[in-house]
Amino acid sequence: MADEPKAPQSPESPKPDSAGAKSAPPTAPASAEAAPFPAAKPAAPARPAPPPPKPPVVMQIPLDNDLTKRYREQFGAAILDAIEDRKQPYLVIAATQLAEIARYSRDVEKFDLLEDYTAVDWPRREKRFDLIAILYSFPHNMRLRLKIPLAADETAASLVEIWPTANWLEREIFDMFGISFNGHPDMKRILLPEEWQGHPLRKDYDILQQDTAWVRENLGIASGQ
Amino acid sequence: MQDDAAQNQTLLGADELVLNMGPQHPSTHGVLRVKLKLDGERVRGTECVIGYLHRGVEKIAENRSYQQFAPYVDRMDYVAAVSNGLGYCEAVEKLLNVEAPPRAKVIRTIMTELQRIASHLIWLGTHALDIGALTPLFYCLREREEILKIFEKYCGARLTTHAFRIGGLQYEAYDSFEKDVERFCKDFERRIQEYVDLLTGNSIWIGRTRNVGVLSAEECIALGASGPVLRASGVKWDLRKAQPYAAYDQYKFEIPVGTNGDTYDRYMVRMEEMRQSRLICLQAIENIPAGPIMGKVGKVLKPPAGEIYHSIEAPKGILGYYIVSDGTTQPYRVRIRPPSFINLQALDKMARGHLVADVVAIIGTLDIVLGEVDR
Repeated sequence: MADEPKAPQSPESPKPDSAGAKSAPPTAPASAEAAPFPAAKPAAPARPAPPPPKPPVVMQIPLDNDLTKRYREQFGAAILDAIEDRKQPYLVIAATQLAEIARYSRDVEKFDLLEDYTAVDWPRREKRFDLIAILYSFPHNMRLRLKIPLAADETAASLVEIWPTANWLEREIFDMFGISFNGHPDMKRILLPEEWQGHPLRKDYDILQQDTAWVRENLGIASGQ
Repeated sequence: MQDDAAQNQTLLGADELVLNMGPQHPSTHGVLRVKLKLDGERVRGTECVIGYLHRGVEKIAENRSYQQFAPYVDRMDYVAAVSNGLGYCEAVEKLLNVEAPPRAKVIRTIMTELQRIASHLIWLGTHALDIGALTPLFYCLREREEILKIFEKYCGARLTTHAFRIGGLQYEAYDSFEKDVERFCKDFERRIQEYVDLLTGNSIWIGRTRNVGVLSAEECIALGASGPVLRASGVKWDLRKAQPYAAYDQYKFEIPVGTNGDTYDRYMVRMEEMRQSRLICLQAIENIPAGPIMGKVGKVLKPPAGEIYHSIEAPKGILGYYIVSDGTTQPYRVRIRPPSFINLQALDKMARGHLVADVVAIIGTLDIVLGEVDR
């Protein structure tokens, strides 16, 4: 893939076997358990020792290439982290500097296309949401993701001025997650009805949940289903 | 909406009229509602009201296993289900760090290119119908039928095919697969000429499409418009070339581009894309490598925690999947970047200053599928 170039070839770059479905190579504790009773081994072939807990495979490696250096020089502490996951780079940035970093990305680093803009909900985290901006650069043929952690009561700066395509994308994030954007020209729901209560892609919104009152009133379905 | 006084002055000093187009309107290709702000018959502004077909696909994904979710993606862009499936399967494969075997990749490429032709045929037929040319629709459906027959023989389904699996393919190509594809491709050259005869030099067609809905390259990029819309504005860019996936790096093909970025150019670009897809299919069937069709993936998929973004050049533009795994069998988050949704955003820019009848042409030329816009 011509995507993210110049990935530092880290020696401990994990190459896990497919799917992690096969059990990890047996480690010491598993064999040690059977060691004191070697005679018992053939007697119980049908009940193998429970597989040892697999060590979690870590795909995220810190990234420190020219691109991240330039970002760090420009914005210092606002670049919270730079990570490469499966050869795709992303920067974790502070929401306070979002607009400046976005403008810099477009004008200086030539990430001229905002390919996608979305969010992920992590309800147990201190900062509940991650905004994810996926940038693409036509001149460099590469992608960069910006990850913006955001607390539940925080708002983010709108990127509509920088990439007009953010207009509907931000409305969709607002619709699905309830994150609002400062300076958006038309901050309202886009896919769901405007009077709808709740934001479906939040993790505490159950898959069967819906705005029963709205459904009853507007669709005339008494049970709400 | 522009607020400056001169802009708000209508031609005859009458009030502006707000007209609802859709959601039940044949030319909106589904349940799209457009609020048109009109000065006489001139469009002053548009506002799309969407969501009528919203099914919460992304929420469903979080409650299904990786394999269980695969058939759902077919139901977004339901006239190009195979392309949706390719994007999803490849994204999950990347998340798992596995690769489909070469044979599977080539068969996937053939199927996806056939699907591109089928999708463009539906576009051509309905777009021409909207503008008033009735005949091409029948021709287009005739050829599309041949493609759907190949799909049906391959996997038993015609529209929502679920043709691919994560890691490769479930079904081996049937005995006369290559022969069927070859017969279609050989025949199709002549068929494209028939559409060209009907439309390309037709003065009504030219009158209705030239200089209608013009987008410059800069506007396309700013609005995120991709696929044939972007290429018609003169940007020679195609993900199949820029970041090859499946087996596209093995085949020779051209990226057609337009110059004016109007409806006519988008028509020409899509016509040429069908010819190029045909060439890719012909090259691919010549040499389908032998070997397994399924890669090494387990029955239970548990991708290591992390995230991936993978996008492909679907018939309508960039189709991207952003998947977050938390190490369990179900995705933590699946975000689908739908090309139709983002291309539709350009409607307002394209329609301003045109007549109501042109809005019909512009919606047609954007080639949207509401199943994908609303998800």
